[in-house]
Amino acid sequence: MIAYIFKRLLVAIPTLLALIVISFLMMHAAPGGPFTQEKQLPAQVLANLNAKYGLDQPIWVQMGRYVWGVVVHFDFGPSFVYKDRTVNEIIAQGFPVTLSYGMTAFVLAVVVGVTLGVLAAVFQNSWLDYVAVGISIGAQVLPNFVMAPILVLIFTLWLGWLPGGGWEGGDWKHQIMPVIAMATAYMASIARIMRSSMLEVLTLNHIRTARAKGLPTHKVILRHALKPALIPVLSYLGPTFVSMITGSVVIDMFFSTGGIGKFFVDAALNRDYALMMGVTLLVGVLTIIFNLVVDVLYAWIDPKIRF
Amino acid sequence: MKKHLLLSTILALVALPAFADKNPRTGEDLANNQDYTYRMLDSVKSLDPQLISSVEDSDVARGLFEGLFNEDGDGNLVPAGAVSYTVSEDKLVYTFKLRPESKWSDGTSVTAADYVYGWQRLVDPALASEYAYYLELAQVKNAGAVTAGTAKAADLGVKALDDLTLEVTLENPIPYFTKMLTNSATFPAPKAAIDKFGADWTKQPNIVTNGAYLLSEVVDGEKYVEVKNPNYWDAKNVIMSPITALVINDEDAALTRYQAGELDRTDVPSGQYPHLKEQFPAEAISTPYACAYDYIINMAAGKGNEALKDVRVRKALSYAVDRDVIVNNILQGGQTPAYSWTPPAINGYAMPDIDYSHWTQAERNDKAKALLAEAGFGPDHPLQLTLNYNTSDAHKKIAVAVQQMWKQTLGVELTPNNYEWKVHTDKLIAGDFEMARYAWCADYNEASTFLDLYTGYSTNNDGKYSNPDYDKLMKDAKGMADPSANYTKAEGILAADMPIIPIYHYAKVDMIKPDLKGLPQHDVMQFWYAKDLYRIKQ
Repeated sequence: MIAYIFKRLLVAIPTLLALIVISFLMMHAAPGGPFTQEKQLPAQVLANLNAKYGLDQPIWVQMGRYVWGVVVHFDFGPSFVYKDRTVNEIIAQGFPVTLSYGMTAFVLAVVVGVTLGVLAAVFQNSWLDYVAVGISIGAQVLPNFVMAPILVLIFTLWLGWLPGGGWEGGDWKHQIMPVIAMATAYMASIARIMRSSMLEVLTLNHIRTARAKGLPTHKVILRHALKPALIPVLSYLGPTFVSMITGSVVIDMFFSTGGIGKFFVDAALNRDYALMMGVTLLVGVLTIIFNLVVDVLYAWIDPKIRF
Repeated sequence: MKKHLLLSTILALVALPAFADKNPRTGEDLANNQDYTYRMLDSVKSLDPQLISSVEDSDVARGLFEGLFNEDGDGNLVPAGAVSYTVSEDKLVYTFKLRPESKWSDGTSVTAADYVYGWQRLVDPALASEYAYYLELAQVKNAGAVTAGTAKAADLGVKALDDLTLEVTLENPIPYFTKMLTNSATFPAPKAAIDKFGADWTKQPNIVTNGAYLLSEVVDGEKYVEVKNPNYWDAKNVIMSPITALVINDEDAALTRYQAGELDRTDVPSGQYPHLKEQFPAEAISTPYACAYDYIINMAAGKGNEALKDVRVRKALSYAVDRDVIVNNILQGGQTPAYSWTPPAINGYAMPDIDYSHWTQAERNDKAKALLAEAGFGPDHPLQLTLNYNTSDAHKKIAVAVQQMWKQTLGVELTPNNYEWKVHTDKLIAGDFEMARYAWCADYNEASTFLDLYTGYSTNNDGKYSNPDYDKLMKDAKGMADPSANYTKAEGILAADMPIIPIYHYAKVDMIKPDLKGLPQHDVMQFWYAKDLYRIKQ
């Protein structure tokens, strides 16, 4: 197992390098640059800016410097747009925010989604199944950009219970709506995957055996059915976890959380090269790590899987 | 419970501002709470006065820092860091007397050397400020050469004659020089703090400021809080504190939060002004804003559409745009139809008499049809054009409306092309367009900030329009004591040559709490100063 993890981590290095090279080239291939603007800068001013940010160098030199900065100094460079801040500072400020509401939303989505899915499968075609499926379909068709304004309308404007946005250091009142808006759609997907996988597991021989020897239903489910039924959910959870903790542009923009999610789109639109590379690498590294975690978890859940 | 009540009463009393009753300047009764919270579109990009390039950052900076002059609510200059100034006979040397009681927040005095340092920094190639060109625009001696690296910072036309006397030398006299000095790029800079902390000097607690407010809390991406600076020279007249800027990217979310009482001021999302005005007549406010929206026509040789090189075609297209429909049915926010380039509300600007502005739309359409037919286009030979615009709902609606107007009136087949912002701009700069959406906002409150754009020598003249008479008028204007006659003539030439199709002039459309006073009413620059704000008792 240790050898397997070590091997996977080694493979991650060329993967990340490829990610850097491809992102770097694609980013520079896009028309316009960080200082392209309607109110054009005079040539000399533009030249000074390009020199300051190293954009006057050939692209391979720029890339080499970037990789060197990241690997040797763990320095992701200065933001080209947010001039008072470095990319390290922006990520250090925004990532804890999305990590906080993303983790809570993840736990909520998993707990509620798995519970709904299991209940729906066990009581298939009963009213409970219809309610659970109804909720998850309803949640699926309510994307977060619809969900967020509805929540604000109800809880801020009509009831006056919750603040309409802001973060205030992660105060719970400020977290409720972002968490719900983010968790809903994921919860619905988890519930659907869980339901169908559980239905399949429930027809397997070892479940029939467990029932035949007289085990009560809840024990059959918890002891024998849940673990194998979780495998398809688990493969969904790896990438989901990463996309949840890196936030969402909709949530960050709508609730003004100050999270990192907003920068995925902003940095690209602004051609803020360094920030765009920074967030891309952040997601890349997290994806590699959590795919590995999921693979390790497979082995724990299903003893048949060996590395 | 009682204990809590007592404690909160004491706290409330302690927290009361110094002004419990009246505004010392106007005598109005003041409300008990004097805090101000407003919506900011995006995080601060920089608080370094010489690096600032966005409107929002300037709003924050005008609270924290102060330059030689401020603007009052009507857009007139009022002395700030300077108490008086003299100009030499040849209008080339300005001598400013600085305010002796002006202090930095670290306790040291603001001296002429701080201005010299700030201005030298602005043009320094190593700082690479996007506003480095501003001093060259202001004709300050050697500004361009220092930015280009061909002259030393010490050669810049700015000198400290003593601690309180600043001398500025210009290359050419310009009548609006002092008007340019309210821009944060021209603010003084605290050398000691910058030397000590480098690029981190604007971070808390390093930052040293000289304005009416101190930076008290920064959560980047979320909020910026300023509190009153007790050592500010005019502190006795500063009422509002704290000033909180909340970053809210989404304007609809901001409006909801305004309605929930979380904000005192926010922008009105496009199209929502009429119903908000009806619901909240005292709160929905629209005031003129110094920006203009137009379609520029590519006139460059060998580029663009050859048909557009014919002035009759350009005029026909311009006449056939029903601006009232765009303003009243699409934008609906108090914007005004534009038949000329410079917004009429610009300080000291007299609009020329533009013929087609007083025609009815039916008259314009008839004239347009005749002109286009004369140019050889008609039903069997329709004019085909493309128009570039950048992604935005409003731009799209306007483009579609214009497409319909031209189709119906002139039979012109227009293809609107939507591009992402940077791609649109890149195509503009490269001259890769036939017609393109464009907008320009004033750098300073004077007509040349608009009219200089269409001189043959302007770097921002993307359509490459060039008329020697126009260029001469604008060049001559630089040396005149009152250039307004030249501006009026230049604008007349633009209307005759029609290298652009003016569409509308902007309005700043806001929701503002009715007890909030002191925001500019007639300043088209929309420069607001937190120190002038106050809440009246209702």
